[in-house]
Amino acid sequence: MARTILWRLLYALPIAFGVSLVCFMLVYIAPGDPLQTVLPPDANAEMIEIVKRAYGFDKPLPVQFAQWLWRAAHGDFGLSVATRRPVSLEVGGALANTMVLAVFAVPLSFAVGAGLGTLAGCAPPGRLGRTLDRLVTGTAVMGVSVPNYWLGLVLVIVFAVELSWLPASGMGMGGSDGFSVLRWADLHYLVLPVVTLALVPVGIIARSTRAAVLEVRGQDFVTTLRAKGLTELAVVRHVLKNAAPGMLAVMGLQFGYLMGGSILVEPVFAWPGSGTLLGRAIVNRDVPVLQGAILSLALIFVATNLAVDLLQAAMDPRVRRA
Amino acid sequence: MPDRGGPAQPMLIAAGLRKHFPIPGGGAVRAVDGVSFSVAKGETLGVVGESGCGKSTLARLLLHLVRPDAGELVFDGEAVGAPRGITLKELRRQAQMVFQDSASSLNPRMPARDSVAFGPRVLGRGPAQAAAEADEALRRVGLDPMQFGPRYPHELSGGQKQRVNIARALALQPRLVILDEAVSALDKSVEAQVLSLLARLKRELGLTYVFISHDLAVVRHVSDRVLVMYLGSVAESGPADDVFARPLHPYTRVLLASRLSMDPDRRVEQAPIVGDPPSPANPPSGCRFRTRCPHAEPVCADRVPSPGSWDGHQAACHMVHPGSGHSAAALAA
Amino acid sequence: MNSQTLALPAAAPVRLPPRPGYWGMVGGRLRRDPVTVVFCLLMLAIVLAAVFAPLISPFDPYKESIIFRLKPFGYRGHPLGTDELGRDILARILYGGRSALLMGVGPVVFAGLVGGSLGVLAGYAGGWVGTLVMRTMDVFYAFPSVLLAVAISGAMGGGMLNGMIALALVFIPAVCRVAETATTQVRGLDFVEAARATGAGHLMIVRHHLLGNVLAPVLVYASSLVSVSILLASGLSFLGLGVRPPVPDWGLMLSTLRQAIYVQPWVCAVPGAAIFVTSMCFNLVSDGLRSAMDVRLR
Repeated sequence: MARTILWRLLYALPIAFGVSLVCFMLVYIAPGDPLQTVLPPDANAEMIEIVKRAYGFDKPLPVQFAQWLWRAAHGDFGLSVATRRPVSLEVGGALANTMVLAVFAVPLSFAVGAGLGTLAGCAPPGRLGRTLDRLVTGTAVMGVSVPNYWLGLVLVIVFAVELSWLPASGMGMGGSDGFSVLRWADLHYLVLPVVTLALVPVGIIARSTRAAVLEVRGQDFVTTLRAKGLTELAVVRHVLKNAAPGMLAVMGLQFGYLMGGSILVEPVFAWPGSGTLLGRAIVNRDVPVLQGAILSLALIFVATNLAVDLLQAAMDPRVRRA
Repeated sequence: MPDRGGPAQPMLIAAGLRKHFPIPGGGAVRAVDGVSFSVAKGETLGVVGESGCGKSTLARLLLHLVRPDAGELVFDGEAVGAPRGITLKELRRQAQMVFQDSASSLNPRMPARDSVAFGPRVLGRGPAQAAAEADEALRRVGLDPMQFGPRYPHELSGGQKQRVNIARALALQPRLVILDEAVSALDKSVEAQVLSLLARLKRELGLTYVFISHDLAVVRHVSDRVLVMYLGSVAESGPADDVFARPLHPYTRVLLASRLSMDPDRRVEQAPIVGDPPSPANPPSGCRFRTRCPHAEPVCADRVPSPGSWDGHQAACHMVHPGSGHSAAALAA
Repeated sequence: MNSQTLALPAAAPVRLPPRPGYWGMVGGRLRRDPVTVVFCLLMLAIVLAAVFAPLISPFDPYKESIIFRLKPFGYRGHPLGTDELGRDILARILYGGRSALLMGVGPVVFAGLVGGSLGVLAGYAGGWVGTLVMRTMDVFYAFPSVLLAVAISGAMGGGMLNGMIALALVFIPAVCRVAETATTQVRGLDFVEAARATGAGHLMIVRHHLLGNVLAPVLVYASSLVSVSILLASGLSFLGLGVRPPVPDWGLMLSTLRQAIYVQPWVCAVPGAAIFVTSMCFNLVSDGLRSAMDVRLR
């Protein structure tokens, strides 16, 4: 077990290194002089000097990368071209807001998806089974086909514009700083973005759950459990326990989707998270912010995958050997 | 194909072939560990042993499909891969291999004719000429090229697929054919047909066979000489009739005793061999069979028994070598 | 030469009806799948509408009008209303299909060629070459796809071509993985070993025995990427990357019409519906292709 963890960690390190390298290169694939790319347009001579020294543009690329990595490891991604604030502050605040969405959307999506999938997988064959089957397949296909930002827009049109039940955008009266998940009024602002993000992967999670449940149900030990006279509910419990590691892998992937999905969904709701930050960075051609935000999101994704793998290994003895 | 070395020159000599497959995380599977033998022109050499004894790796080594770690191959007097010897390409033209009929022995996306014609295409024949040669080869194995040439593997029965496999090997007009479990997956009745086809082809085309199988009865039926393998090395070798009538190595005796008998009065009274073979990654010291041998003595753990010369009836067992230190050795002498 | 080559087959071979090969069987199975047939036709209609947009479009998609801005469905011959500059939305939807399809198919074709070749190379060569290629791909695979697309096109600075390059870079690692897995599996099979035993060179083995068997899984996978590509491309345009105004594009239309949801809420949703339907068509056709190509050949 310890060996598995060690191997997995050793594998994640070069990946994280490679991800950092790709993010570092973003400044260099941007058209024009890299110095101009990371400099506010009205920078004075003193500032140019500071930035030049920090990035080491006169040194060879590997040295620049080492310098950049060293600074990034200490949370220094340079200054935002647009606001002149440190990138780390901008990204930090935005990530916190994105996390608020994820904390609600991930469990919601998994609960609904896994529930629906289990139901479809355990339903007796017949009318109900077929209906659930079609429901799961249909939501899965729609989920992978729908542009999530458009789904958000439609939800806004229905619930904010037409019905006026929920606010269309923002984080409430207090904005990002005054937001509290404990305040009833603020929670209203959370509903539409969270539902939008959660809705898309529901079908996929349901479909994989159903497949996992069906596969386990087909195995011999389930027949044995039935033969031993266990109630159907107890059998389902055993089935779920065995299907869990497979479902976990799917959920890990879907978490990645949620991180990426927020990029397009947040701007629709003017939710001041990393997605909106990225959108603004793109409009302002603010490459340092782009770089910082992408690197943070990608590293979170790498870490999530690592955690899922380790969790899977802990749950399923068969995975450990791989 | 010209007979270069003359009738007395063996078709193939293998000397000290060795192949160890490294295991991720250290160690190696000693699939083939110092195997030597020769095949005379026109004879059939049978190779028997349990699954996992290195038979298939040996077959692949003979065509350099797997590169040997050590050892030499001499094909009709010419060393394979040596500066003035026979090239690999030429070896693979003169020596061919028939694989076991498995789900993957034929390309699922290729009609039978194309599979057979691939060899001639490699030799540089044009498409029409290659197809004609393929049809000829199909006809030789008893398949009507008009009917079976355009068929895909999934449209062929096991026996037909195996005939296509044989035709594919024949299309290059080889002199030596290595048959790796070539009939093992077939039904008994189909197996008999394919075996008689192989016998006829050998007669008509003057072929030399290396016939690899785990099935003792079949090997005894087809072979002139046999090689008994255990854990990657040769346990016993000799003329087929001799080996089957008077087995020298305890392992060969065990193998023969474990055959199913058609005679109800000659039922196997007790399991002749106990336990699974040891791991080829970590074979026993000295004689590899000693852990399962009923006659094992301290000397068997200390020294590796010599396999003897390549001719005649030989066994790699201390009991048959006088002066080896084994208590039964004196009796043999 | 011995007697074998002397006997040639009869001069006039009897012509038998051609047997359906693998692709014939796939086609037959596709035709018997009603869902796939329906969505295939719908997909075809979308493609034709985009190609022949100049012929069927009721208006010039660039023609602006100050008076007729943001009008509802069916207003004065504008079946889908008008946008914030008074341009006909139906015309822009028809023309917008062009950039959507181009950005949906282009990057996938490019990634299929490059990623497929890299994957076959990595899988066939194995060893350190394979490891080097695959570990490099793993790095790109570690990004969520939207994130990587936004990062690359964001740094390169928008535009349709940059968007397509970014999308291709997103898909190459994925295709490469599929091709590598398939190649590694096929490479170990007996018929490849038999081909090696004929003395054939690597190129010949790859061409005759590997590609045919690797093509199917790569094709199925690539076809499933088209809808992803359409979604990502419109997403890029929505963020202000990708297609630049005033070129009609569904994602771009959504991002500008979004400002008008209180004026004409449902008109604003139209371009998104176009993306949704198109992406779903490609998705279902790809699913149908996958199950049709899953022919058990044994």
